Amino acid sequence: MNAPWGDLFLFAEDEQRLVAMLARLCNDAKARAAFLVDQNGRLLAASGDSAGLDTTSLASLVAGSIAATEGLARLIGERAFSGLFHEGERSHLYVTVLSEGLILVVSFDRSSSAGLVRFRVRRASDEIGQAFAEIADRVAGAQAELAQITDEDIENLLSI
Amino acid sequence: MSFINYAAREINCKLVYYGPGLGGKTTNLQQIYARIDPKAKGKLISLATKAERTLFFDFLPLDLGTVRGFKTRFHLYTVPGQVFYDASRKLILKGADGVVFVADSQIERMEANLESLENLEENLADQGQSLDAMPHVMQYNKRDLPNVVSMPELQVALNRRNAPWSEACAPKGIGVFETLKAAAKLVLIDLKRKTGG
Repeated sequence: MNAPWGDLFLFAEDEQRLVAMLARLCNDAKARAAFLVDQNGRLLAASGDSAGLDTTSLASLVAGSIAATEGLARLIGERAFSGLFHEGERSHLYVTVLSEGLILVVSFDRSSSAGLVRFRVRRASDEIGQAFAEIADRVAGAQAELAQITDEDIENLLSI
Repeated sequence: MSFINYAAREINCKLVYYGPGLGGKTTNLQQIYARIDPKAKGKLISLATKAERTLFFDFLPLDLGTVRGFKTRFHLYTVPGQVFYDASRKLILKGADGVVFVADSQIERMEANLESLENLEENLADQGQSLDAMPHVMQYNKRDLPNVVSMPELQVALNRRNAPWSEACAPKGIGVFETLKAAAKLVLIDLKRKTGG
């Protein structure tokens, strides 16, 4: 696949497809929200209730956490850990690597359980991983809108 | 890798601040965070030790404005400079669209500058990349200190590829935005080139 080193283009129909899968997962798992994050810490798609949540920071920290955990796994002779639970008093996170470069995060509370979330994630992961692989593998070709960017546009943009 | 989200009309780029320990990478991000319009920035996240040394990374998301209907979002990261945190540096460097090398201008830190630059080249090579093809800028920090190496000497020693460079005194904000602007410009020009422009 082009990811993780190629540029990634996410079109409106791609996002709708991913969001629909995440919405189904949220519903099936009785989860509060689900997020897809790339290994570079960028949020690709989200579904559910993320109001008041800083999803940009969440994506960056989750990617960092996965990277650090992979380092830990290698220390004990594992290639990676398949999933991570972060258990809080009221809110919990289940984080799993679906495929190279793709991380799924599910946020849930006492309305659900770790077992149910894990079961539903396992069921949904192939479908989501496959959809992402198709998006990442697609050769986007020349992007007319981006190619039209002029040096002047860039200068104006950076009036910081 | 850049991430272009047509659904949200966003261009997302990753800029990594690299350089020797105590060179001022985190200070660059702190100054940007302190001086930029609150509407254009997200939270500054620092994963640091109690002694305020960067343990894993600092992270600052910035919106630099809109170009051709696309919001440009830059994710700024610093790496830990200390030699023994190489695993963290490798991870953070992955997927970078551009690099800012923050050099410490003091004479006694020249060896550390060279070692860090070499480490950057090695880590890029491990990922099948090269500094020749990576948009990057040099920042010569701490120019206000008395014991600094001259600019021509720094350029010869550290800037063999003739990348854009600036002098800085990061705690006072001097040179910080010039550096960011130069790096962001190179990243966007590179993106334009890659997308057929």
